[in-house]
Amino acid sequence: MREVSIIGIGQTQVGELWERSLRDLAVDAIKAALKDAHLEWVEALYVGNMLSGECVAQQHLGALIADWSGLGNIEAVRVEAADASGAAALRMGYLAVASGVHDYVLVCGVEKMTDVDVETANAAWSSALDAEYEAFQGVTMPALAGLLMRRYMHEFGVQREDFAPFAVTAHANGANNPYAMFRSPISADAYAKAGMVVDPISMFDAAPLCDGAAAVVLCPSERTRDSSNRPVRIRASAVATDRLAVHSRREPLFLQAAYLSAQKAYLQAGVGPEDVNLFELHDAFTILAALSLEACGFADRGQAVHLAKEGGIARNGRIPISTMGGLKARGHPIGATGIYQIVELVMQLRGKAGANQIDCRLGMAQGLGGSGATAITHILEASS
Amino acid sequence: MNVPRYWRTEQTRYGLIGEVCRACGKPIFPPRDVCPHCTEEGQDVHPFRGKGQVYSFSTIYDAPTGYTEYQPYTVALIKLDEGPLVTAQLTDVDNDQVHVGMPVEMVTRKIKEEGENGLIVYGYKFRPVLDTRPDRF
Repeated sequence: MREVSIIGIGQTQVGELWERSLRDLAVDAIKAALKDAHLEWVEALYVGNMLSGECVAQQHLGALIADWSGLGNIEAVRVEAADASGAAALRMGYLAVASGVHDYVLVCGVEKMTDVDVETANAAWSSALDAEYEAFQGVTMPALAGLLMRRYMHEFGVQREDFAPFAVTAHANGANNPYAMFRSPISADAYAKAGMVVDPISMFDAAPLCDGAAAVVLCPSERTRDSSNRPVRIRASAVATDRLAVHSRREPLFLQAAYLSAQKAYLQAGVGPEDVNLFELHDAFTILAALSLEACGFADRGQAVHLAKEGGIARNGRIPISTMGGLKARGHPIGATGIYQIVELVMQLRGKAGANQIDCRLGMAQGLGGSGATAITHILEASS
Repeated sequence: MNVPRYWRTEQTRYGLIGEVCRACGKPIFPPRDVCPHCTEEGQDVHPFRGKGQVYSFSTIYDAPTGYTEYQPYTVALIKLDEGPLVTAQLTDVDNDQVHVGMPVEMVTRKIKEEGENGLIVYGYKFRPVLDTRPDRF
């Protein structure tokens, strides 16, 4: 297997982008990434997307996006793994380059949620759950997060307000990200007073469903000298799954897939959680941020909320998370999110994260699909 | 045309019919061809008694398509007395009266109407266990 590096990144604004279509957004991100990589062409394109069929009645995205990007008759397919679709597409691109099948590969994550009304978007997103035994009962993604949060509060004796630091930190970081959907800081007081979406999940516990696209260009590390930008090495890429339905898991409050994919990634990179300088985790809900920190070895069971309260997740903390706003403030364009995380890590590892720059050499990103049945972990390293 | 999709799971949804694994003896709900515990394939039909406790719950104010007319409603993870967790709506209870550990029992209720023909779909929900002590009357 060859070493793989990222030599180009591109992203669009995240938000309710009514004037742009799914294909427009993907093309914008791809053009930006190719320009950043000083390339005009690649051998293959992997598109991460979850809901183009449900939300814009468009499937067959591999060919469509390759066509509209002017990439010609290249290999191109769509990759779907619910909210982890972008991360899954990166995994496919990584394998293609690492295996020697391709040298230059584009990975694009794209999602367009605002062409449909909120009820339809919510129902479509919830198709990541067990359709017959979870969604059938009127359970949604936010509701599953609510069930996990309520049980966490019960088992570990914490209150809803104890989750505030996750939202406050994400919004503080998003304020300095020009691509973020929300650029206003929020206070713990505002968190406490926020309206309920799915009790105990308030609007400040949940990431917004929205539009966006992000893209990265990969190549073998031995070829990065052709690129003038600082390449970022992919030190690890790992996937694990868990039982799809929360009710079927051995221990609902332990994200087994997140644990396993992180352990595989640590092993592959030869590092441990203590070596990781920042962690772009899947904070679609504050409870998922807490459970991810615990599953990946940054906090003991039931301790993530205390780590957050003590400032451990802030930019100057022990393990900074959501450094460009995370899903909560940057926004969660479902299938694109995994690539946004990677783009943001590359910005940090290049030293180009602006006001949010932290001192870092090793960064980790983890995408969760659905309520955690898929977990995809990548570890990236700055070039020396 | 969604009738076959619901008809296939009729027994499970109307009678809370699950399975017991012939190899490892564990109760399985919902039923499946491969045991999630030991991966063996032999199972015997097992009707669950339908009694359990609330393991966790969450009240939905922002329902998906097909469920908006019922909002707000409370969904729960129910720990059945025989072991498995079940995801289900709660019924016949005030949303603010629910608590972790509350004893509940299964009932059959309308879940939703679907499609142009208004196909009515039924299934299990759980309600607080009725107080049947004789001195109540």
